[in-house]
Amino acid sequence: MADAPQIPDEAETRARWGAFAWTAENAAKAKAVIARYPAGRQRSAVMPLLDLAQRQVGAETQTQGWLPVPVIEYVAAQLDMPFMRAYEVASFYTMYNLVPVGRYHVQVCGTTPCLLRGSDDVMAACKNRGMTKGKTTPDGLFTLTEVECMGTCTNAPMVQINDDNYEDLDFDRMAAILDALAAGETPKAGTQIAGRHTSEPEGGPTTLKEMVKSNHDYRKEW
Amino acid sequence: MSLQDKDRIFTNIYGFQPWNLKSAQMRGDWDKTKDLMKRGQDAIIEEIKASGLRGRGGAGFPTGLKWSFMPKEPRADRPSFLVINADESEPGSCKDREIIRHDPHKLIEGALIAGFAMRARAAYIYIRGEFIREAETLFAAVQEAYDAGLLGKNAAKSGYDFDVFVHRGAGAYICGEETAMIESLEGKKGQPRLKPPFPAGAGLYGCPTTVNNVESIAVVPTILRRGAPWFSSFGRENNKGTKLFQISGHVNTPCVVEEEMSIPFRELIDKHCGGIRGGWDNLLAVIPGGSSVPLVPAAEIMDAPMDFDGLKAVGSGLGTAAAIVMDKSTDVVQAISRISYFYKHESCGQCTPCREGTGWMWRVMERLRIGDADISEIDTLYDVTKQVEGHTICALGDAAAWPIQGLIKHFRPELERRIRDNGGVLEAAE
Repeated sequence: MADAPQIPDEAETRARWGAFAWTAENAAKAKAVIARYPAGRQRSAVMPLLDLAQRQVGAETQTQGWLPVPVIEYVAAQLDMPFMRAYEVASFYTMYNLVPVGRYHVQVCGTTPCLLRGSDDVMAACKNRGMTKGKTTPDGLFTLTEVECMGTCTNAPMVQINDDNYEDLDFDRMAAILDALAAGETPKAGTQIAGRHTSEPEGGPTTLKEMVKSNHDYRKEW
Repeated sequence: MSLQDKDRIFTNIYGFQPWNLKSAQMRGDWDKTKDLMKRGQDAIIEEIKASGLRGRGGAGFPTGLKWSFMPKEPRADRPSFLVINADESEPGSCKDREIIRHDPHKLIEGALIAGFAMRARAAYIYIRGEFIREAETLFAAVQEAYDAGLLGKNAAKSGYDFDVFVHRGAGAYICGEETAMIESLEGKKGQPRLKPPFPAGAGLYGCPTTVNNVESIAVVPTILRRGAPWFSSFGRENNKGTKLFQISGHVNTPCVVEEEMSIPFRELIDKHCGGIRGGWDNLLAVIPGGSSVPLVPAAEIMDAPMDFDGLKAVGSGLGTAAAIVMDKSTDVVQAISRISYFYKHESCGQCTPCREGTGWMWRVMERLRIGDADISEIDTLYDVTKQVEGHTICALGDAAAWPIQGLIKHFRPELERRIRDNGGVLEAAE
């Protein structure tokens, strides 16, 4: 695990995040989350609450967010569970960042279906912008990670940047997306092929063509 | 003969039309759900059994039979649960995502009916964490159903109380394994449990639980509306129904498409994917059911029927019906090595053969990729895959072993060639 990111200094982290508490809006959200699980089973809410906490940290730091130890402690205390059990969860699942990340977390899928369609070119476009795998750029704008299959294989290769997917990429399309983000714009999410809608064959669907124009009710033909 | 649009279940799979309740109702969802439920729990289970529906998550276990394992009279202190597996992470698979973001009401209505049939108190839909926008849609669709009185107390005016909750994962392939999913839902690391006890006996919170795939649940309302004989009129014996196929890799137009089970591979590709890139002569191999199943060389897959038994006959499996197509430009060793890396990354670390074996297998695969190995190491690698396979709590160990076994079985000459070529270069350098 020599390449594992170093957990930030504890004293500094504690000084910055020791007083973490939900915003009023997130406190209400947390309450609604806990209510989804049976009484006495509030521990089930640890995953959604860690996600909520990471998002709140992200909003405060203008990044995708991460989970400082005091924040994990805060969530564990709310759910009446030992810190270590919450930390286990935070470290087991890949979507919890245990170290700070940049404004945009660029997650390039590199698994075989994307590999076959050219994920190396997408990665090259990122590196061309000065990104390094596992690192944040000096300006704090981008963090680059290679991730495992994101479940978008018919629109490969793809990248997930914070909450949005960008699909059907190549070197130039990826470069354009990064340029747009760096310029403070919001590029269009989803497929980057002009004329393709979602996961239908490029050039138009081979089935269910009536659905393109209107909300067709096929029951009349049953 | 091929599947007609009127017989397709997921009519809005591409999302050309809105997913919301009103639009879904115009397409036929939530139509007299109460009457479907009035048939009674046992009648619904019998109908699903008669339809021949087999689980769409990969294992292919008969869905109706699975439901019948649930207790007929749940105790008040031990309610039953339905858990819906939307942790779609198998490389190649991308069908549940399309259902959730474009046709979520089929899933929610299916959850109510299936939950009712197995006498469950509530359903938890476990959606993978990376499906962020998809989860937003699902949360909103569930809320719509509550607001319309279709869920909650007296759901859809059926007299049955039923809740549907959405739970987001956070990035762990292993949570697609049913007992790992239950652990994760309980707020723990997603590490699979030993079986028995099976979830139907002691699952979520120790209560009887059935875990079903999204597609298995979402097809239920349509099967009940159109009847078991309609559904079982598609596909070969023991492989009934329609199925969402996902074709990725080296085809001209990769796509998700609903087709009849047992459709020949060639027909599927020619009809919907614009053929193989560079023509059929350029096809090298296909992984027909998501990364966990062994690859099949071109000659054997071309005319194979895409169903459970047809792909078993060529030494592979239907899995999630996610075909990863590779043409002759593919570095097939690299393609499989990347899958080995995937399993190394996703091993939960609980069982030693898998935790250590997946990393070991990947490192050897990386050496084989450049031929930096001895010919005898191919057999050693094969032996190790056999040591991992079947010696772990869950099937991730098997899934890591099979792609490598498939590669050695079908591409051994290629592996040997690389070793020889590499050796030759070394000798020349000396």
